[in-house]
Amino acid sequence: MKKYLLLLSFIIIHFSLTAQVKISGTTKDHKGRKLIGVSVTLVNSYDGAVSDSMGNFSFKITEKGAFVVEAKMIDYTTVKQNISIDKDNVVLNFILKEEINELKAVTVTAGSFEAGDRKRAATVMSSLDVVTTAGSNGDVSGALKTLPGAQQIGEQEGLFVRGGAGYEAKQFIDGTYVNNPYFAGAQDIATRGRFSPFLFKGTVFSTGGYSALYGQALSSAIILESIDLPERSEIDASISSVFVGLGTQQLAKNKKSSYGLNYGYTNVYPYFQLVKQKPDYFTVPAFHSGEGNFRIKTKKGMLKFYSSFNAQELGLRRPNIDSSTLKDAFGLTGTNWYNNISWKENLGKGWKTNWAASYSTNSNDIFSQIQNQNNQLTTSGLWYIDSNNFTLKNTANVSQLKAIFEKKLKGINAIRFGGEYWHTFNKTKFKNYYTSLNENLFSGFAETDLYITNDIAAKIGTRFEHSSILNKWNIAPRISFAYKTGKDAQMSLAYGNFYQNPENNYLYATKNLDYVKATHYIINYSKMNTNYSFRLEAFYKKYQDLIKTFPNYNNAGSGYAQGIELFWRDKKTFKNVDYWFSYSYLDTKRDYNNYPMQLQPSFAANHTASLVVKRFVMKWKTGFNVTYSYATGRPYYNFQPNGSKYDIKDQGTTIPYNSLSFSLNYLPNLGKPKAKAFIVWVLSATNLLNQNQVFGYNYSYYGDIKQPIVPPAKQFFFLGCFISWGVDRSQDAINNNL
Amino acid sequence: MKKTILLALVLVNTFFTAFSQSDKFVTAMTGAIDQMKAAKTPEENAAAAAKFERIGDAEKTQWLPYYYAALIKAQSGFMAADKDKAADEATALLDKAEALSKNNSEIYCVRTTICYVHMMVDPMTRYMKYGGEASLNIAAAKKTDATNPRPYVLEANSLYRMPEQYGGGCTTAKPVAEKAAHLFTDFKPASPINPNWGKEIVDQILESCK
Repeated sequence: MKKYLLLLSFIIIHFSLTAQVKISGTTKDHKGRKLIGVSVTLVNSYDGAVSDSMGNFSFKITEKGAFVVEAKMIDYTTVKQNISIDKDNVVLNFILKEEINELKAVTVTAGSFEAGDRKRAATVMSSLDVVTTAGSNGDVSGALKTLPGAQQIGEQEGLFVRGGAGYEAKQFIDGTYVNNPYFAGAQDIATRGRFSPFLFKGTVFSTGGYSALYGQALSSAIILESIDLPERSEIDASISSVFVGLGTQQLAKNKKSSYGLNYGYTNVYPYFQLVKQKPDYFTVPAFHSGEGNFRIKTKKGMLKFYSSFNAQELGLRRPNIDSSTLKDAFGLTGTNWYNNISWKENLGKGWKTNWAASYSTNSNDIFSQIQNQNNQLTTSGLWYIDSNNFTLKNTANVSQLKAIFEKKLKGINAIRFGGEYWHTFNKTKFKNYYTSLNENLFSGFAETDLYITNDIAAKIGTRFEHSSILNKWNIAPRISFAYKTGKDAQMSLAYGNFYQNPENNYLYATKNLDYVKATHYIINYSKMNTNYSFRLEAFYKKYQDLIKTFPNYNNAGSGYAQGIELFWRDKKTFKNVDYWFSYSYLDTKRDYNNYPMQLQPSFAANHTASLVVKRFVMKWKTGFNVTYSYATGRPYYNFQPNGSKYDIKDQGTTIPYNSLSFSLNYLPNLGKPKAKAFIVWVLSATNLLNQNQVFGYNYSYYGDIKQPIVPPAKQFFFLGCFISWGVDRSQDAINNNL
Repeated sequence: MKKTILLALVLVNTFFTAFSQSDKFVTAMTGAIDQMKAAKTPEENAAAAAKFERIGDAEKTQWLPYYYAALIKAQSGFMAADKDKAADEATALLDKAEALSKNNSEIYCVRTTICYVHMMVDPMTRYMKYGGEASLNIAAAKKTDATNPRPYVLEANSLYRMPEQYGGGCTTAKPVAEKAAHLFTDFKPASPINPNWGKEIVDQILESCK
């Protein structure tokens, strides 16, 4: 009996080895479309198959009993089915639901240009692009001017975005506001930004509709994110026609922390000897700048500290417009100390937090004099001339603390909230007259990212602020939607309210003012992949409560801006050539300051276009970059008081703006892995064709004389050499980790 | 007679059990490796990778199936439309392999390939990050197993494909390829299913760099 039992068991085993059952079926998505490449598996066995181009699969198994069959594919939720196998073939149909996935899901992009590598493929401009854009002179704002939405303004620093003045665009580093992002300068001469583009891994240039996390900016937010740990330790040195610099960054052996120190000295004296400048510089512009940083990788986050100190001086003399025998002299010495500390941590259970604090103090000592032909202080007896004899000392201290909490909800939905506190203290001594402003601004914000599917997303947020100086509240709702219309393509819509305090010069006059306000409406279409970017955007912006300075300081100003912008970037069509083209059409009018009515402001051109071309020639290890920028003429006005109102006494339009710039980067040690130093030579020139550029006109007191505002020199040339000696830490990292 | 049958049956059963536990694995792996070598189209590559992944999921303690699945994803990633996605899939599989076998020279090699796939998306801007990570992984692969020729294969291949102006080409690739070829003469895979690829790449480089 036992024998037969054993025999039977043997037969069963044998039978089970040979008898095959076929499992087949289809794989589809929840819309009933066939899915190709789904892996179907009999759980805990080797058996399975991948669905074919028809969405069909089939495989054979030899075992019997109860099993689980699962169907899985990346970006889709895995589906399991229980089956019991006897001797009949099994047909299984799987329906897989698409997972909402951060990389695949549509992102809300209305109004913003992201530079950096954060969202892969959707990058418009990488950090490297900033330094290789001809005409930018390595300045972040200079490169951003080649993107749609920004004006070609040469007589003032700052970004003038979509009919907004320069002070309506604010810069944020690691979340906190930067009070004086540009060096101090003289009237009618633009200055550079204080921060090197190499400090940042990502730059978001938002021309409207930005998140509720950012406030006090009517037109634009330039959101800069500093780099985390550097790739390696190195010592850097630079020498150029205008500056010298020395610095180091040290990455710890365990690659968990780093620190850096840099010092730079800029002096344009030799350059001004070679290239004649229009103003008479009695103190040639010179800057000392020092910076330090440390960065520490925490358990699940990052702690970063950055500090920079600048000291500068300049002095120049120009003819006085009201008198042919007199001169205006202007002198400035200034210091700026900026500090930023930020901490990002992943708290687990879907919680993240981000804290940032910043402190900056900026002070300028200015003197303005009327001088005679012997460059000596004088008076004319005419009050409107002699009012230019003064000394001015101002100090601005800004402290800010910001905290953001984020909770990931189901899928990639998220809610974000937090608050910030800004303390601003401004002190001015005009001649012997002191004034000060003390502001405490509190704000709170909350926003949510909602993903209905991978194809539809919304960002809904709101921000409120209370200013102690205005003693008023504001509430700013912001909403944006994005809808994926096809592969790499999407439509976005954005709406939002934006508030900003009146500028300090108004607040010194009266505190009886309200916030200035802008409302943005944006519609955008974009199609982007790694090789091409195309975007078309239309906007309407309404300005309310702008500051009028006549007949008294009030909030009766208003205005609008509307336009269409186009951007096209192509890295593929021409071999080794990367180019982009941007065009902005702007129709804007505003009534502010002493404008007698709504007028097109003097900082707004109707048409602006830029073409940026970069080509790297491997054979010569050299990159050639060319930028052509064009803008139609801008209006200018002379207003004269006439009883209880101002009249337009004179007006006109400047000649169009044209600039062709060129730059070249030569990397002699490229591809020499054994070279001790990495060297980059940079040669650049702006306005190659030496075209006339007129940014506007200055008028004499009675408006009978007008003089064009032109750059101090038509062209700017630069030659520099940047060297870095790297210490490769890879060997250390290996020794420590293994 | 009864005893003989019993003995035979016991033997068969023993054989069967043993077969199902280890030889079954080896047989399946050998089949999958053949399938991988024969694969030409993206579909065939995906099918081979899926097969390795199934074996890995069923076995739970073997690093090799995940290793091969990641290898296929990484190597076919160069041709993929979405290279980053392919590289991420390969990384996910390789992480599973690494969880089962730490400090594995072969795994560092696949990590290197994944870095190259990421880099190919935008070499100009990604060179610093992924090029650095790749050389870190090559160095780690050499250090963990000095007899493994594959880190040298990857290094030689990357140099061979790099333009001369960047320090690539035959001049720099050839000595590394020769080192790899030398290591191949002594290299014996730990088992027939352990990694044993790369010789043909080295031969090709040496042939064209004569």
